[in-house]
Amino acid sequence: MAEVALKGVTKKFGSTVAVDDVTLTVEDGAFVVLLGPTGAGKTTMLRLISGLERPDAGDIVISGRSVIGETPAQRDVAMVFQQYSLYPHMSVRDNLAFPLRSPILRTPEDEIKRKIAEVAEVLHISHKLDNKATALSGGEMQRVSIGRALVRDPAIYLMDEPLSSLDAKLRADLRIELKRIQASLGATLLYVTHDQIEAMTMATHIGVLDEGKLVQFGAPRDIYENPVSLYVADRLGLPRINRLPADLFAGAPSGAKTIGLRPEHIQQGDGKPAKVVRVEHLGDQTRLHLDLDGHAVVTLSDAHTPLEPGDTLAIQPRNALYFDAAGARIA
Amino acid sequence: MSGYSVTEPSSTQKWVAGVLVIGYALITLMPLLWILATGFKSSADSIAYPPKVTFQPTLEGYVNLFTTQTRQTPEYLDAHPPQTWYEEIVHDKGMVIAGPSRFGERFMNSVIIGFGSTFLSVFLGTLAAYAFSRYRIPLKDDLLFFILSTRMMPPIAVAIPIFLMFRNLGLSDTHTGMILLYTAVNLSLSVWLLKGFIDEIPREYEEAALIDGYTRFQAFTKVVLPQAATGIAATAIFCLIFAWNEYAFAVLLTSGTAQTAPPFIPTIIGNGGQDWPAVAAGATLFLLPVMVFTILLRKHLLRGITFGAVRK
Ligand SMILES: Nc1ncnc2c1ncn2[C@@H]1O[C@H](COP(=O)(O)OP(=O)(O)O)[C@@H](O)[C@H]1O
Ligand SMILES: [Mg+2]
Repeated sequence: MAEVALKGVTKKFGSTVAVDDVTLTVEDGAFVVLLGPTGAGKTTMLRLISGLERPDAGDIVISGRSVIGETPAQRDVAMVFQQYSLYPHMSVRDNLAFPLRSPILRTPEDEIKRKIAEVAEVLHISHKLDNKATALSGGEMQRVSIGRALVRDPAIYLMDEPLSSLDAKLRADLRIELKRIQASLGATLLYVTHDQIEAMTMATHIGVLDEGKLVQFGAPRDIYENPVSLYVADRLGLPRINRLPADLFAGAPSGAKTIGLRPEHIQQGDGKPAKVVRVEHLGDQTRLHLDLDGHAVVTLSDAHTPLEPGDTLAIQPRNALYFDAAGARIA
Repeated sequence: MSGYSVTEPSSTQKWVAGVLVIGYALITLMPLLWILATGFKSSADSIAYPPKVTFQPTLEGYVNLFTTQTRQTPEYLDAHPPQTWYEEIVHDKGMVIAGPSRFGERFMNSVIIGFGSTFLSVFLGTLAAYAFSRYRIPLKDDLLFFILSTRMMPPIAVAIPIFLMFRNLGLSDTHTGMILLYTAVNLSLSVWLLKGFIDEIPREYEEAALIDGYTRFQAFTKVVLPQAATGIAATAIFCLIFAWNEYAFAVLLTSGTAQTAPPFIPTIIGNGGQDWPAVAAGATLFLLPVMVFTILLRKHLLRGITFGAVRK
């Protein structure tokens, strides 16, 4: 395992700037999650590191050496693709063995056998090893794809939304499983996703991407509590942060245009009256949809709340986040 | 039940479908059955009227196809009794075998030229299609259009320039010449068909192989080729069928050494009366290679023939 650093990396496709002057260090043993919506440049970033794309500017350093001139094979990275990475003409076993049989590794067959058994065990696919890759469910395919990376011992694992095609239950299981595997191997892992839960639960560091730019990088808790902009604040937290005009409540710092209110920033019982529009019982959460002077506000409440649509509830901000007209955080 | 029902067909439906398919097959296969049967008839049976459906089968047609014969006096025939079953067939007609006919050679020419040009068309076509599919090539669309345009007129339209060119280059009546010619004609089809198939293979497969430590060429042979097998098989069959059946250029450019079976088979008719059993025997044998080749590649073909439409 090794440290991977991007230094001022830019990649353009025609007039689209897919990755815009990104500087980022993935420390040895870190689990870094890049979070951003579709089109933010997540896939491009992984392709740049793996050598499938060449940057227009900047440098990429793996274990202290610049890899710009190296082929993907020389860079010693393993990658799990968003889709399509199992070879349909091979069995599951051969798919897993494929990286080990490469001319660079040339692993002896008995060791291949041992490694495959090990990885298959961890990913619960031992009973599927002799299936054709096409005779698997979506979840199994994705686990085999992850397995194909895990059989190797590369400088860094790159994973491109590996769980996005799975159902919720499997996603939750694999999230925990992946985190456990990474921790036990001490692996360096760069994982991209648009799913904030994956980011919050697995990452040691989160990087937030906005149209190719890395807008914030830090520990999950830190990014959640101290977002640098409204964009970043929007990426984390369920229900999403509420945006209200800053002048709705007294006490906004000068220059503030928007107040960002997470559920925990909303104190119930005092302040301005808001009308309850809807009460959603999600099981683990109970969400209150409120109407505050014509602005929609969503917050959480007790599971056994007596509130019903039509009731009135007084609310006021507590330690809220303030943003200027451009969306940058000011307090 | 609607025409788009997704339920199992009822047994009546299966029956009706079965009868229709068998009936249709009988009608379309009739000429083939007739050729097959005629090959085993005697000369007299082959021209009998009304046509004979049941007859005493004989290998006379096949013996005539593979041998040349001369008539001999009864004394000579008595002095030289037949040694083998085929000599006996000929002997009974008052003839002796003078030597092998040219059919075997011509047939081999067809095999060499047909399969040789098919191999070359598919080999070159696969490489070109891969390059067109995967690399940024200047003027790519124009080049592809140019390649397609070589098939926009019937090849025989350029027969005269090709004839002259072949004569000047010493390619007339050579295997090399015919292989090159058929490859040139088939290549545009091959490039276009295969490009379609290769375009359908996601690049991520090769990219995964590159990251896993393989070279681009290894990714091509280990990942792209196996997945393009369907397309390669379908393309090979199209190429073989064209090269195997081609008649016009074969007549024009070959006469001896490299003559293929199509121009040769009709000449059998002239050899001492109208020997329909021998012609039918030749036609039967001529049909076999394409049939066997197609059957061997059948499992790829079904998916291939839909041009990738149902690959998923
Ligand atoms: N090969 C390419 N050619 C042209 N544009 C591309 C290419 N790859 C990515 N892009 C563009 O770059 C931007 C970032 O894409 P991508 O990295 O795939 O985003 P993400 O993975 O975050 O959804 C998008 O606007 C996308 O359209
Ligand atoms: Mg992507």
